[in-house]
Amino acid sequence: MAQIFSPRANTIARSSIVGVVAAIIFGGWATDAIYWSPYSTYVHVPQEQPVPFSHKHHVDGLGIDCRYCHTSVETSHYAGLPPTETCMTCHSQLWTQAPLLAPIHRSLASNTPVKWTRVNDLPDFVYFDHSIHVNKGVGCVTCHGQVDQMPLMWRENTLYMKWCLECHRAPENQLRPREEVFNMKWTKPADQAALGRDLVSKYHVHTDRLTNCSVCHH
Amino acid sequence: MKADAPLDLDTIRQRLAGTRGRKYWRCLEEVAETPAFEEFLHREFPAGASEWGDEFSRRGFLQLMAASFALAGFSACTKQPLEKIVPYVRQPPELTPGKPLYFATALTLGGFAQGVVATSHEGRPTKIEGNPDHPVSLGATKVFTQAAVLDLYDPDRAQTVLRAGQPSDWNTFVSAMHAILQDQQTKAGTGIRILTGSTTSPTLQSQLNAFLHQYSAAKWHQWEPLSRDNIRDGAWQAFGEIVETQYAFDKADVILALDADFLFTHPSSLRYARNFAQRRRVKDAAGAKMSRLYAVEPTPTITGSMADHRLPVSSAEVEAIARSLAQKLGLEVEAAATPHEEWVAAVARDLQAHPGTGIVIAGETQPAAVHVLAHLINAKLNNSGQTITYTVPAEPVPVNQLTSLQTLIKDLQSGGVDLLIMMEGNPVFDTPADLGFAEAVAKAKTVVRLGFEENETSRYCHWHIPAAHALESWSDVCAFDGTVTLIQPLIEPLFEGKTAHELIDALFQPPGRNSYDIVRAYWQAQKWPNFEKTWRTALNDGVVAGSASPAQQVKLTAKAPSKTAQASGKLEILFRPDPSIWDGRFVNNGWLQELPRPISKLTWDNAALVSPVLAQREKLENGDVVTLKFGGRTLRAPVWIMPGQAENSVTLHLGYGRERTGRVGAGTGFNAYALRTSQALWSGAGLEIKRTGEKYPLVDTQKHHSVEGRDIVRSGTIGEFTANARFLEAHKEPRPERDVTLYHPDEFKYDGYKWGMSIDLNVCIGCNACTIACQAENNIAVVGKTQVANGREMHWIRVDAYFQGSLDNPEVNNQPVPCMHCENAPCELVCPVGATVHDDEGLNVQVYNRCIGTRYCSNNCPYKVRRFNFLEFNAGMTPVQKMVKNPDVTVRSRGVMEKCTYCTQRINAARITAEIANRKIRDGEIITACQAACPVEAIVFGDLNDPESRVVKLKGQPLDYWMLGELNTRPRTSYLAKLRNPNPEMKS
Repeated sequence: MAQIFSPRANTIARSSIVGVVAAIIFGGWATDAIYWSPYSTYVHVPQEQPVPFSHKHHVDGLGIDCRYCHTSVETSHYAGLPPTETCMTCHSQLWTQAPLLAPIHRSLASNTPVKWTRVNDLPDFVYFDHSIHVNKGVGCVTCHGQVDQMPLMWRENTLYMKWCLECHRAPENQLRPREEVFNMKWTKPADQAALGRDLVSKYHVHTDRLTNCSVCHH
Repeated sequence: MKADAPLDLDTIRQRLAGTRGRKYWRCLEEVAETPAFEEFLHREFPAGASEWGDEFSRRGFLQLMAASFALAGFSACTKQPLEKIVPYVRQPPELTPGKPLYFATALTLGGFAQGVVATSHEGRPTKIEGNPDHPVSLGATKVFTQAAVLDLYDPDRAQTVLRAGQPSDWNTFVSAMHAILQDQQTKAGTGIRILTGSTTSPTLQSQLNAFLHQYSAAKWHQWEPLSRDNIRDGAWQAFGEIVETQYAFDKADVILALDADFLFTHPSSLRYARNFAQRRRVKDAAGAKMSRLYAVEPTPTITGSMADHRLPVSSAEVEAIARSLAQKLGLEVEAAATPHEEWVAAVARDLQAHPGTGIVIAGETQPAAVHVLAHLINAKLNNSGQTITYTVPAEPVPVNQLTSLQTLIKDLQSGGVDLLIMMEGNPVFDTPADLGFAEAVAKAKTVVRLGFEENETSRYCHWHIPAAHALESWSDVCAFDGTVTLIQPLIEPLFEGKTAHELIDALFQPPGRNSYDIVRAYWQAQKWPNFEKTWRTALNDGVVAGSASPAQQVKLTAKAPSKTAQASGKLEILFRPDPSIWDGRFVNNGWLQELPRPISKLTWDNAALVSPVLAQREKLENGDVVTLKFGGRTLRAPVWIMPGQAENSVTLHLGYGRERTGRVGAGTGFNAYALRTSQALWSGAGLEIKRTGEKYPLVDTQKHHSVEGRDIVRSGTIGEFTANARFLEAHKEPRPERDVTLYHPDEFKYDGYKWGMSIDLNVCIGCNACTIACQAENNIAVVGKTQVANGREMHWIRVDAYFQGSLDNPEVNNQPVPCMHCENAPCELVCPVGATVHDDEGLNVQVYNRCIGTRYCSNNCPYKVRRFNFLEFNAGMTPVQKMVKNPDVTVRSRGVMEKCTYCTQRINAARITAEIANRKIRDGEIITACQAACPVEAIVFGDLNDPESRVVKLKGQPLDYWMLGELNTRPRTSYLAKLRNPNPEMKS
């Protein structure tokens, strides 16, 4: 009987084994790369907005406090997005004819809200609360980055659970004095570890239960 | 489920008679040990529940699964979509974004107010709780009140003005009305009729008065299918005036309910349940006292299930018992023979031994004579003025509604009605069958109906105006005790809904005031001192201070009433409100439809309830379709064998069998109104019943989640309790020590908060309010009749009914069962993906995003409290339907296990508030949804590490027990055993 496989078949068999392994490794690597790339995390990807609102100009340039617009950040789970009226406190006087601001003026005139694109978004099964973080000394910058340096808003961190847990496991690395929470310029001191430990006990941060599922998921 | 061999009721009887000690049973099949029940018991889910029911071959399934697995990895490749974020244009000043607002308002049932506090998330009502300041709700809710929020978002609501079934608009309607009214002006409105239900709205009354003043010959009629005519007539005959009777169950030692379901159907039932429970709760054995409740009733009710002695007799026999009692108490009444002389004599002695602290209450289903007898007895026993007071009725114009309806129908038949305006109601469906309302109403020239949904009556309407929901309306309403609540809206009408006020106002010139102006103008005219402040206080509190009806001094003028004529016939038919869909108005509400009815645990249908004796005599089984012949009318209905039903009484629950309703209610149940006549509004003799040989699939949950023959529910008597406080623990396995476990007993220290719950079976009345409150709070899906039959209902807290004793008159013990939050939780150990885990405060947490649906946890749960999303139960919801969801709770999708979380979202909210204020969570700060709804405060939640907390004190009581504690699950939910207070004179 003639041979079924020619000598070439050995090479094909060997290379396909290697090829499959390589393909699996490459596939895994590619998936991981995509998963952590800005394509899926949106990290550092400026989002287009109906009005190209610049935090850099308003915060860094004009020195407006975060809470002027995000009014409920200290009292509610939701920091609050300013209603059109808040824009109008200044823009009823300033740049009233600017075409860039037309959507804001239209919104007020027609009583229809401006639809912004959400930059920092969590999955629906996660219940994040701004008020408790702010009250326990988590600075705005810690999660949102140097907002005062962003001409257009982007996401500074992945907001993946792994990232949340970095802090929930060791909050002392991130805490700052309460009065510095809204300070964009505050930097960690050299002895952050000592300061953090102080703050953890001073603010009664229950580190033992911060990683309980029920803290964020209900 | 496969077909059963016929139930042998004789064997069941023998088995029950042969039991020694307390033996609890849940359904007939259990006692009979039918193979189907055994199978139910031993499977985690009923047969077929875990499989897909379609015709689908195993091979095809495997092929598909292989493909699915191969592709499953890719499902994670979707990236998070970008979402829009929409702020206000002008943010309301009272609103903090993300924080709910609460509004005190009221919902109306049968004309009377249920005071509520409604939660609004950014203008979206999501949850209703009772208003603690309201004298009738006292912070609790009925099932109907809880479910009202689902009605608000019902996509089948009437949405637009219809003219002869075609879309029209409000302005066209108003002009059409004015054309008619102009014509009527010349004849003083002779041709105008208005039909409403019972109403207690002061504003609406003043509007009607003004209208009837302007059109002096116009007439106003009232009809409520569950009318309180007998109560009004009884008062009229007894006192010569119509007064309402107010009962103080908190002062009563001995109570006799004569077919009166005062714990559930009474307009003041929430208050009565709370007061009743006050006298049933016991603490320590020493000096423990309870009130005693006797119930005489033909069909099992919630009140009957709480009775210490329950006497099942036919409805017609109740009068004889009342007469016999009156006679024994020394009243001169025409006696009637009753075979229960001994029973009545014992009750009479008990009542006599407690003068001034007894209550005899007759139900609305009993004829006026029984009410007169009750008034006479209460006067004789000095109860009047003590436990019983009389007040001016909250209804401004109480009338005999049957007479009122009959007059209207006569006028309609004569063709003299040019304009009939109906406020809500469904008279074509729910008026007595012999009166022929449908034929009569067809003769009216113009028929207008203000209605929440299109129903059978809408077909006869020339104009159909969509009604606004109470949560969309300005109005006012009185509670049963007369206290006024201003109804305020939480949301603009979602559709074009109008209120009754706006409809009546549109009939005047110039029309166009909105409800707010109308209601406010009425109260402004009442000359409140400092109006603005009083108005705002009333809106804030949900009650107008000091508006309760004044007590009425009454003079008993009645001589003993003559006997009510009784039709002859062996079998008796009873008409009763459905415990879930009431008179039919809630038929399109999925939460209520799926709620297992108290005691019978039927869902999605009504049935003809028959006694075991009658079933044996007629060879009937559950689900057998019978022909019911009554008064020349026939109806086909499936039967349900009801333990405790009076031998010859057949109960039909009203409201089902709707021909025209929304998608939820369509095709459910059978129409009991078809047999209801003006002579037999509540009961009638002469029923004939005949088997057809057909079967109808009735679905009940009584068999679901049962736990075989174990020590689940515990009960005893107060005598046993005072003799030995720990009598229930005798012959029971002791609680195992904490470290008797293979796992790490000290893995969790619980040194912060330690959450726990206590459920008092002694006061639980089994009203289901907890189940539906939980459903509303926790976004629990409705699964539908077919899925309930598969055992896939999703309720996180169920109310189990355990029978004890004979088949014909068993005691009923209700037991609400939520997740026990075991410290040694069996579910946690078997989860392969760590989706069900413990937290540091002892919560047994279910993590939806980790769950892959193996269902091992459910398999290993001894309490059967875990629920699995077999299907995508939340699929296909319209944007309006989605608005009912609680934003603080994840909406679960297919393939995910879920269960009671102790309302962890409420715990977190309280924790955050407390932490920001730098303090501990106070006792009572976290109220779980079930706890909030409970009328009898049977459920208490709190911190077990706080020795002063209510829950710790309750768990320290001698009646406290763990369900299946011998398994060493160390449940955090524990129960207080049920006690009864039987009369030592009487046989149990």
